[in-house]
Amino acid sequence: MGEGRQVGKGTKIRAMVCTVIGIVIAVYVLFPFYLVVLNSFKNQASIVANPIGLGGTAFSQLRANLSAVVNNANFNFWYAFGTSAVITVISLILLAVLGAMAAWVISRNNKKKWSVVIYMIFIASMIIPFQVVMLPLISTFRDVGKFIGISMLQSIPGIVFAYCGFGGAMTVFILAGFIKGVPYDLEEAAAIDGCSPEGTFFRIILPLLKPVITTVTILNGMWIWNDYLLPSLMLGQNGKVKTLPVAVQAFVGSYVKQWDLILTAALLAILPMIIIFLIAQKQIMNGMIEGAVKG
Amino acid sequence: MRRLCQVFHENLACYVGPSTKSNSNGPMFQNMGVITMDFAAKKLISPILIAGGAVMLVISLIMDFTGSGASVRGMLLVLGIVAAFAGLYLFPTQKHHRKIVYIIFLFPLLFTFAVTVIIPLVLGICYSFTDWTGIRFSNIVGLGNYLTMFSDPAFIWSILITFIFVILNMVLINFVGFLLALLCTSGLKGGGFFRASYFLPNLIGGIVLGYIWQFIFNNVIIGLTGNISWLARSKTALFAIVVVYIWQYAGYIMLIYITGLTQIPGDVLEAAKIDGATPMQTLMKVKIPMIASTFTICTFLTLTSAFKQFDVNMALTNGAGSVANFMGNYLSNGTQMLALNIYNTAISKNNYALGQAKAVFFFIILAIVSLIQVRVSNKKEVEL
Repeated sequence: MGEGRQVGKGTKIRAMVCTVIGIVIAVYVLFPFYLVVLNSFKNQASIVANPIGLGGTAFSQLRANLSAVVNNANFNFWYAFGTSAVITVISLILLAVLGAMAAWVISRNNKKKWSVVIYMIFIASMIIPFQVVMLPLISTFRDVGKFIGISMLQSIPGIVFAYCGFGGAMTVFILAGFIKGVPYDLEEAAAIDGCSPEGTFFRIILPLLKPVITTVTILNGMWIWNDYLLPSLMLGQNGKVKTLPVAVQAFVGSYVKQWDLILTAALLAILPMIIIFLIAQKQIMNGMIEGAVKG
Repeated sequence: MRRLCQVFHENLACYVGPSTKSNSNGPMFQNMGVITMDFAAKKLISPILIAGGAVMLVISLIMDFTGSGASVRGMLLVLGIVAAFAGLYLFPTQKHHRKIVYIIFLFPLLFTFAVTVIIPLVLGICYSFTDWTGIRFSNIVGLGNYLTMFSDPAFIWSILITFIFVILNMVLINFVGFLLALLCTSGLKGGGFFRASYFLPNLIGGIVLGYIWQFIFNNVIIGLTGNISWLARSKTALFAIVVVYIWQYAGYIMLIYITGLTQIPGDVLEAAKIDGATPMQTLMKVKIPMIASTFTICTFLTLTSAFKQFDVNMALTNGAGSVANFMGNYLSNGTQMLALNIYNTAISKNNYALGQAKAVFFFIILAIVSLIQVRVSNKKEVEL
């Protein structure tokens, strides 16, 4: 009895120690976020004088910083935000639908040679680093754009096209893995009931893929939203169309060491992602785990 | 029963048999629009669409070759392709309908994939043997670019620090991530909160994150380090990048380890406890061996992601930093890792061919790493 209580006490103490350590680490991890928020309330002078303390914070200063950042010609927050949102949403929808279509065809023909070859190429392509294709990509897109008469560079359709190409391999890989587990009987039953193959896909298979499409969308979404290199190359660093990361980069480049404005811009840039994370915390973390384990 | 069989046959017939009967769909699929379209209508519309699509394609191509600047050209081309596919979709065949659907389903993704990945990859490898300027090339220089890049001390330095960075990262992130995972699964209160907050940095793009940390190093930590920013010297700046990268990535790796740890069956841990194993013994003899595959995943995940590291490197130091004497040369790219070196060679210094050759080299390294990963994972699976 006495021993039991001692053990209980021991685990209790251990849990407490762990909690304290956890809090200390959490403070360290969250400290940069605190600094960003805090210093958005200050002007340059008080940031330099005291970057950690509360001195010099004022709501009026936050408003001044925000309006300076939002209305800045290089940053143009709402425009950049809108561009990023449009690119991300369209790419995600296309990747989910086109990826599921391709994955379904590939996994329903997995005994045929062409299907195996396509699947293998997709998997092998996942090791290709962006750096090795980025330079020829730009010239290819320039040529294709000239040829078809629709600008592929500096345009939203072009970059959406590129994201579909780059995200396709991973999307198909994860989706095909899932579709293999969907019993074929379901499709046969639908076919017997007179459903066409495309009808079977859209009415039976696609709804079943919801959980795995969520995973894929989260993985692709985090990547596309935060991606800097591809938009900076395709849209140009000072081009007309800018995504949020490119805008931040252009903004910082033009305001070196203006920390009040830079940190306010950083706050604006990270806020959408954090809000989404707070809403869909569980799905995002699970999606990231699944992506890693399967990839 | 006979009636049922008959229905079954009729329905099956529209897929396997060359029956000219229109689809007799079950009530569930009655409203499928085009699918239930009358066969005769299909016979009429399909050729029109295919022909129309082809005409549009031809017109747009003619406009292209005659150099017409009309902006409708692109629209016409896209419309032509869509129309041709629609015609193909409505093609009056029941025998090949499934195949046509497969082709239509597979085409869009394969097409984008080929244009964005396969063609540039092939072109890129070819370009690395020429004096490509980003637009055109005039000479084939063979291995010239490769010889130039390996005789450049700045590039050798980049390779060197990339390897150091990758190894440091791999070890430290896994170590920190695993410790965090142990912490989060140790039954502390509010585990969900800690998990979420440790993961939070991973949501933020490298560019923004790099600038935030640049601020911290130059304005906050500077007070602790005797008024010299960590970013001012190559060695400490490299260490700073490692710190930032751990901050960003450890939470993610932690999540994967947590998954691994929670998948260990409870009875195994209980058995260890009953056998009198101390927590340390349980950890070393039970937990770690049981999540060996998770270790493999995390190791390679950190390895490849650290190799490709670009955003943080660019935003934090942009590769700057002096190296007094490396192979007898003074270098000014003290913190420039491979990915950034490739980018700067091509974009900033406008030397596309050399940048492309470096990129091919980069690709080869990553391919080797991935092959090793496949070997190791397969071996592990065999052992299990």
